[in-house]
Amino acid sequence: MKNAIGIILTGGKKRQLKEMTAKRTSAAIPVGGKYRAIDFVLSSMVNSGITKVGVITQYNLHSLMDHLGSGKEWDLDRRHGGLYIFPPSLSGDNTGWYRGTAEAMYNNLTFLKRSEEDYVIIASGDCIYNMLFDDVLQYHIEKKADITVIYKEMDDLSQRELSMFGIMEVDSNGRIIDFQEKPLHPLSTKCSMGIYIVSRKLLMSLLEDCAAHGYYDFVMDVIIKRIETLRIFGYKFNGYWRSINSIESYYKCNMELLQPEIREELFLQEDRKIFTKVKSEVPAKYNEEAEVRNSLIADGCIIEGVVENSVLFRGVTVGKNVIIRNSIIMQDTVIEDNVELNYVIVDKNVRITRGKSLKGEKTLPVIVGKRTVV
Amino acid sequence: MIRKEIIALLLAGGQGSRLGVLTKKIAKPAVLFGGKYRIIDFSLSNCINSGIDTVGVLTQYQPLKLNSHIGIGKPWDMDRINGGLTILSPYLKGEIGEWYMGTANAVYQNIDYINKISPKYVIILSGDHVYKMNYSRMLDFHKEKGAEATISVIDVPIEEASRYGIMNAYENGQIYEFEEKPKHPKSTLASMGVYIFTWDVLKNYLIEDNENPDSDHDFGKNIIPAMLKDGRSMWAYRFDGYWRDVGTIQAYWEANMDLTKKVPKFNLFDPSWKIYTPNPVKPAHYIAPCGSVKMSVIAEGCMIYGSVKNSVIFPGVYIEEGAVVKDSIIMSNSRICAGSYINKCIIGEHAVIGECVQIGKGENIPNELKPDIYNSGITVVGEGAAIPDGTEIGKNVVIDIGVNPEDFLSKTVPSGKSIIKGGECQ
Repeated sequence: MKNAIGIILTGGKKRQLKEMTAKRTSAAIPVGGKYRAIDFVLSSMVNSGITKVGVITQYNLHSLMDHLGSGKEWDLDRRHGGLYIFPPSLSGDNTGWYRGTAEAMYNNLTFLKRSEEDYVIIASGDCIYNMLFDDVLQYHIEKKADITVIYKEMDDLSQRELSMFGIMEVDSNGRIIDFQEKPLHPLSTKCSMGIYIVSRKLLMSLLEDCAAHGYYDFVMDVIIKRIETLRIFGYKFNGYWRSINSIESYYKCNMELLQPEIREELFLQEDRKIFTKVKSEVPAKYNEEAEVRNSLIADGCIIEGVVENSVLFRGVTVGKNVIIRNSIIMQDTVIEDNVELNYVIVDKNVRITRGKSLKGEKTLPVIVGKRTVV
Repeated sequence: MIRKEIIALLLAGGQGSRLGVLTKKIAKPAVLFGGKYRIIDFSLSNCINSGIDTVGVLTQYQPLKLNSHIGIGKPWDMDRINGGLTILSPYLKGEIGEWYMGTANAVYQNIDYINKISPKYVIILSGDHVYKMNYSRMLDFHKEKGAEATISVIDVPIEEASRYGIMNAYENGQIYEFEEKPKHPKSTLASMGVYIFTWDVLKNYLIEDNENPDSDHDFGKNIIPAMLKDGRSMWAYRFDGYWRDVGTIQAYWEANMDLTKKVPKFNLFDPSWKIYTPNPVKPAHYIAPCGSVKMSVIAEGCMIYGSVKNSVIFPGVYIEEGAVVKDSIIMSNSRICAGSYINKCIIGEHAVIGECVQIGKGENIPNELKPDIYNSGITVVGEGAAIPDGTEIGKNVVIDIGVNPEDFLSKTVPSGKSIIKGGECQ
């Protein structure tokens, strides 16, 4: 798919993610033992043959910049194309703060202008999936669509959860006939995955038009306002997909990775691997007292206690007589002897001292912020 | 070009014939070790951690896997504009071309490479050993003593000393005699195969040695004795850390087992001395509700549904439900099917052990074809071998690379037997 470029939007602050995004944008949130959310969209683009990707950043971008580096882990350190990171910049009438996704892209219009590819794939940086975009582009061309929106039937979500997404309805031909953004009363269970295909030239003119009218949001001001005048089509995706937009969905997604079928779909496809920044950690070490069941354990862990239904990131140390259940423990955290954790999300570089006990609920896990000592 | 004070020459051409099927298709430095590494990673990581960023890797025997593993040296941060990693394989020179005829000849043939960089010192390493060592301290010692050659030595038990090259040195460390594998060793200071030479001095000895038709062109056998004879300033640098030659099946197995101990003698978790290797693109490993892991090292991408004890498991290994793996080394992407029992076994990459296979039971009878290689009770399964369901395999058995289920004529392979593909002898 040499004829497309990618744009990844890592914009707004997600209040629903609480402490988890206090020091990082949601695209940089650690997932599944060794990844960050953005790895999934970035790898999907690269595996689809896209060799030029712009990442538009705004909020708390340091950990994201550090993670992406020159893009070499995704094979995007290239002489032609490769990875472009666009932090907000102050210049002329640019305030440095984007009010919305259309404005963010408009402010980086030169990236689009200077590209030669015919199509653009726009996607948000905080969703967990593994897909190839080739079929979607094919569909986009066959339908002679102006914009194609990828969606998924999310019939397992409650009304409340659905109301955090863009919800749409399509006709028998696949054309989108209605689109609601974060509706109180969702009209269907078709969730927009926040992935759009559009021709580069059309996108530039749409963005310029938005800016000229003082509009700034791609969904509200482009898709919803032009649903009748543009040919906007829906492409149904049937694979695994989760958006990390709340603590609840973050927790759920990590726990779902313990299911073999989901892990298989996300990580074990020979032609579409998920790439991430490598850390040169040692393989995990289990001692005599280790009892690990139904858990994902990354490199660099040293385990002496009980770990059940949990995800341990790189370099976690689990002491003696520790019992960890239903929890997510991020990188380089130390759990000292005799600690008990149940339904807890522990961020990076935390130390839980001897004998402490923390307990949350499935619907409301306890969160321990980055670099704290408990 | 910024002049380099010291460069490293890593001799990675050794076959390591005592490792049997493990080195049938790859050179010894490329053999997997410790759950994700290859043996050469230790020397390369030592170099970069010691501040040596210019390394020539001399390859010869079965270099394919080694070359693709090393690439342009990225994992070790040796993809540099100035210096970096260079693979030096034997090449044709005008009308003549020849293989490396010995360790000294291998370096001799690359005099042009070294001269172009023109370092003050060279460090000669072998890619065969497992250890963590700061070469910059050894260089300080070399300069301090005003040495022309410094040889790194390690204390070995006197009963083993006759297996090594032994340095006889004065109290202050100056070497007066070198004995290769002496019957009656006078000291216990064994050469580790790590030498620092002042380049201008070494160069002349290499040229001289090359013209001597009776020479084996070997550092230990020829260069060191010749320099001693001339009264050159040669010093023994004592190293007291963990160092293993892993040259035999037993030594290889033991060194891997060392890593599974509660406090390993050889600690790879040291953040100040990381060992680098190309990272596999695999997710975190998964231990199933029915799985159990104790006293083991488990790499990424593994899926453990069975039980694992005292073992080293490389990336992407799948251990099915009910399988038991004990005291074993299982290399990348192998599969141990349901109900199998694996005891004291080394299993190569991409091997498939069928259902309810039993390995490592029975008497400790040395291998009939290669008693000098397979004699320590360890059974070895070669890369890509597939063992049919229900097979019972004893100790010191060797299953050759790429053997298929059809190659098994019986469901029982007693201790000391071999399964060989197409009657070829290994």
